[in-house]
Amino acid sequence: MFEEIGTTAEGDLQINVGPQHPATHGVLHLVLTLNGETIKKVEPHLGYIHRSIEKMCESLTYRQFSYVTSRMDYLSSHINNNACALIVEKGLQVDVPERAKVIRVIIDELTRIASHELWWGAMAMDLGAFTPFFHAFRERETINEIMEETCGARLTMNYIVPGGLMMDIHPNFQKKVKSFIQLFRSKFDEYNELVTGNIIFQNRMKGVGVLSPEDAISYGCTGPAARGSGVKCDIRKLYPYEIYDKVQFDEVLETGCDSFARYMVRLKEMLESIKIIEQLIDNIPEGEFQAKTKAVLKLPKGEFYQRVETARGELGVYIVSEGGTTPYRIKYRSPGFSNLSALDHMARGSKLGDLIAMMGTLDLVIPDIDR
Amino acid sequence: MTNEELKLKITTLLPEAVFEEGGEWLNVNVNATAWPALATQLLHEPELYFNYLFCLTCIDWKTHLTMVYHLDSTQYRHNLVIKIKLDTNKPEIETVSNLWRTAEFHEREVYEMFGVNFLNHPDLRLLILPEGWEGKNPLRKDFDDPVNMIRL
Repeated sequence: MFEEIGTTAEGDLQINVGPQHPATHGVLHLVLTLNGETIKKVEPHLGYIHRSIEKMCESLTYRQFSYVTSRMDYLSSHINNNACALIVEKGLQVDVPERAKVIRVIIDELTRIASHELWWGAMAMDLGAFTPFFHAFRERETINEIMEETCGARLTMNYIVPGGLMMDIHPNFQKKVKSFIQLFRSKFDEYNELVTGNIIFQNRMKGVGVLSPEDAISYGCTGPAARGSGVKCDIRKLYPYEIYDKVQFDEVLETGCDSFARYMVRLKEMLESIKIIEQLIDNIPEGEFQAKTKAVLKLPKGEFYQRVETARGELGVYIVSEGGTTPYRIKYRSPGFSNLSALDHMARGSKLGDLIAMMGTLDLVIPDIDR
Repeated sequence: MTNEELKLKITTLLPEAVFEEGGEWLNVNVNATAWPALATQLLHEPELYFNYLFCLTCIDWKTHLTMVYHLDSTQYRHNLVIKIKLDTNKPEIETVSNLWRTAEFHEREVYEMFGVNFLNHPDLRLLILPEGWEGKNPLRKDFDDPVNMIRL
């Protein structure tokens, strides 16, 4: 896992972390320069899971291209699909039925909770606590079952399509979501008892991986990684899409700027997502779940940009259209890519063991970084 | 600032800037030589304060390349898009990684995918592609790799 690759001219040790290290949760390769146990430099080497999704999308139609985006940040696949649907709808000026909008928001928030659950379990496991993983997966499984029934898939959903939804929700959907809310609320205190209050955990998190608000903005950090430094960057609040401007929720901000602050942001965000779902679950309007669209979609000549808030931060989809059935150029501005770029700055001067806590609270998903 | 106010302000900073309207945000076409000075002003002018570069990418138009910078201000929440034409055969532009640190990674990505040379970049080398890919730029339109079949 940690492999020595040599020494620098100054006599510092260079080692590899990854590409198959358990704490990187994927194929991330970091080359560290160490002076004793102190980190002098972190150099990410990317591309182990690069599939060139941007190039692929240039030969996919506007109905097809959103399917590959489920494979970018696979823990936010609904939200990625939502971004693609929104940008096509923006280009074609399609009015999406209210029912579809409400279901999209509910399902996006369920995705966010599922993603944060997985992060919470894996993060605690990185720091040596194995039990939380099972607690997190118990609740996450309930969400997966809801998704399976409604979308027919557990990970790469492809449920949100241009114009609305692939199909209507399952008759059990509302009942099951409500029982999930009840389950989640009853179990949430366990999370704090198990991990948050633990003194060893707090000592490993507080003051580790400090990122000032100015640096967070300059490095393009978004999502909980920047909100832990008190930067207001929630796209749902700043540039609302779907019906986020009609629901009540708070943007969670912490001012600690360290790993513990980022941890608390994600934990509290789960409760905010529950709040959004509670407001909507009994108020899904009747009607169509899909707008009428043509079989072959053609975006007008021009440029389109859509920003959405995934579980990791701001996802941007930028399409340059020449008026054809496929995009001329497509760019995905992935949150993980920018968040990772701040790792070197955060880690310099800290101890090797703390790097695991920093990577954990950045919540890196490698296919999202590589694309 | 609204798009109109931004347009006036940028005209005073750079009279030769060409504007494109109709999109969601104001688009400004500038020359590669005028870019470093304008970028510094966009960040440091107190009325503009574009401190958040949320997207940096390139487009291959076959006849030329276009660099595209999407800017946002966390204080005023106004947005701006900067476009710069580059020569296909010898694309060169000054780095902005000294102003917006996020540009360091994004420029490395554009360097390997499009072959754009960023002058004075602190560490311009391959980021995603493995060794041996120097000179081959996968996101250029003329790139084709029948073995690794990127096109579906």
